[in-house]
Amino acid sequence: MSLRIVVTVKYVPDATGDRHFADDLTVDRDDVDGLLSELDEYAVEQALQISENSDDDIEVTVLTVGPEDAKDALRKALSMGADKAIHVEDDDLHGTDALGTSLVLAKAVEKAGYDLVISGMASTDGTMGVVPALLAERLGVPQVTLLSEVSVEGGTVKGRRDGDSATEQLEASLPAVVSVTDQSGEARYPSFKGIMAAKKKPVEAWDLSDLDLEAGQVGLEGSYTTVDSAAERPARTAGTIVKDEGEGGKQLAEFLASQKFI
Amino acid sequence: MAEVLVYVDHVDGAVRKPTLELLTLARRIGEPVAVALGAGAADTAAVLGEHGAVKVLTHDASEYADYLVVPKVDALQAAVEAVSPAAVLVPSSAEGKEIAARLALRIGSGIITDAVDLEAGDTGPVATQSVFAASFTTKSRVSQGTPVITVKPNSAAVEAAPATPAVSELSVAFSAQATGTKVTGRTPRESTGRPELTEAAIVVSGGRGVNGSENFAIIEALADSLGAAVGASRAAVDAGWYPHTNQVGQTGKSVSPQLYIANGISGAIQHRAGMQTSKTIVAVNKDAEAPIFDLVDYGVVGDLFDVVPALTQEINTRKG
Ligand SMILES: Cc1cc2nc3c(=O)[nH]c(=O)nc-3n(C[C@H](O)[C@H](O)[C@H](O)COP(=O)(O)OP(=O)(O)OC[C@H]3O[C@@H](n4cnc5c(N)ncnc54)[C@H](O)[C@@H]3O)c2cc1C
Ligand SMILES: Cc1cc2nc3c(=O)[nH]c(=O)nc-3n(C[C@H](O)[C@H](O)[C@H](O)COP(=O)(O)OP(=O)(O)OC[C@H]3O[C@@H](n4cnc5c(N)ncnc54)[C@H](O)[C@@H]3O)c2cc1C
Repeated sequence: MSLRIVVTVKYVPDATGDRHFADDLTVDRDDVDGLLSELDEYAVEQALQISENSDDDIEVTVLTVGPEDAKDALRKALSMGADKAIHVEDDDLHGTDALGTSLVLAKAVEKAGYDLVISGMASTDGTMGVVPALLAERLGVPQVTLLSEVSVEGGTVKGRRDGDSATEQLEASLPAVVSVTDQSGEARYPSFKGIMAAKKKPVEAWDLSDLDLEAGQVGLEGSYTTVDSAAERPARTAGTIVKDEGEGGKQLAEFLASQKFI
Repeated sequence: MAEVLVYVDHVDGAVRKPTLELLTLARRIGEPVAVALGAGAADTAAVLGEHGAVKVLTHDASEYADYLVVPKVDALQAAVEAVSPAAVLVPSSAEGKEIAARLALRIGSGIITDAVDLEAGDTGPVATQSVFAASFTTKSRVSQGTPVITVKPNSAAVEAAPATPAVSELSVAFSAQATGTKVTGRTPRESTGRPELTEAAIVVSGGRGVNGSENFAIIEALADSLGAAVGASRAAVDAGWYPHTNQVGQTGKSVSPQLYIANGISGAIQHRAGMQTSKTIVAVNKDAEAPIFDLVDYGVVGDLFDVVPALTQEINTRKG
């Protein structure tokens, strides 16, 4: 049996950098270093583990929708061990919202062919955590999301979802969309061999016309949401800092009492 | 007046506080119509009425417990079709966001997640979001369709507004997708007797500095003296000292309490992402250079093993 896994990965501005918005209120991706969203490394890791733990012939494709630099995210995933990559890039994608992103991803996943889609739990920039559910809705396949444990056997995907009020065991037939959390297992570092091998792996480039999409369906124009303003949060005014010389606990209690917390 | 659908988060009929906050916010843009699904749905009506719901639509079926997410989307879609609301509000839990997203797609609408405030605007509700680890505040609108907006816990103070809701049963036809993902087992989380992390007015957290699961008793004692919830950094969770359900931060819970006390936590950006909107922030850390001190209203540079027990004792003494 063979199994085709597509991992969706996002290229995001480094969270430890100075993230901000451009004049058109989209994320400024030029001024800040970008990288593969760390939470998508967990998705790549689980795809590779499913592949390694199986006797089946499994192909792992990584897919991104993003600007030219987003290739870096694909390279990282390829150097971890993915087999090939697809980059959907088009100037008209600038400013696409969650619904638009899920539309492009769904078209690309269908064109690539898939048995299983694996995503991260959320991107580290938009942090919506809705794209996997949207993808499942668009593709008309089960969503098996927010898994901290995942396995695939004989056309069935199983997993554990740690929710607010309960831990649930989930099960669905393939094809399906899965998303994994950062509890699913440490992501591997690319080896030197992996990095060298990645350079020779195929990266396909698709634009909107390859996916039968029109400019008006995506980008700022096709957005279902509008950002009216983005303001930097004023820095917090410097607080009081005391050194504990035996009275730190008492002083803190004094502060809490002055604020009516005690 | 326009009606606004509010998705009810409840456990066997006990309504969670974020839903009451949504009812308060919904009244700014219209008349709240609540949708309660699953076991105990009908029992929610009284408390929903006390908080302003003019109608309560309920539906119970085994599908809600036996399959993931989609049955609830089917029901909410049926409610949208029955009511034609001006907006749909859903609590911003992981599941709430997934339900809201699929609903938005089905009804041809945009979605805004994790709003921290909501007001009426000229062309529909305007949502405030706190983004990039709370370093920016944005105002956004849904520009197509019926706005679907998920709202974070603690975004509004709950106000009572007694109404006598008309309670009726929603008629739901489940879609072919509804039974796609089976829930084959469920282990409910055991209650600690402490407040829910995301709903608590005070959160006391411990990080790597707590140095061992047994030492978390110090953090718990402080929390109990204040009636607070206990949080943890990812470092403490990854070390196995405290359950993941208590993790605060980007990949844990996002909290916005009146008071947040960080003990032995450095204040990495991913931790800040989950607590930076707390009203008052306090930290105890032995490193004066720890980035958490950039955020604090009050900080103590010191060993938490000295400061925290002394603080707890002082609080307990004052409470007498
Ligand atoms: C601060 C901020 C706030 C935003 N708020 C909203 C909003 O309220 N409503 C709205 O409609 N849009 C919003 N957006 C836009 C939205 O984040 C992006 O359009 C987007 O790509 C989808 O959302 P996400 O990345 O947050 O996805 P998430 O749902 O958080 O991502 C989950 C997973 O989906 C996959 N994925 C997501 N995007 C891509 C991609 N481009 N390529 C490949 N895989 C991908 C990844 O595996 C990722 O781990 C916001 C963006 C930012 C930066
Ligand atoms: C994609 C991603 C997602 C993440 N999500 C989260 C998240 O949701 N939540 C989260 O917390 N982190 C998250 N992290 C991890 C984050 O980057 C930090 O590693 C983590 O927050 C560090 O935890 P800490 O502050 O407890 O530990 P450290 O950074 O090691 O800090 C420990 C602090 O304790 C102090 N200390 C030590 N001993 C004492 C003592 N006796 N008394 C007083 N102070 C003492 C030290 O001075 C130090 O400042 C994420 C990381 C990534 C990459």
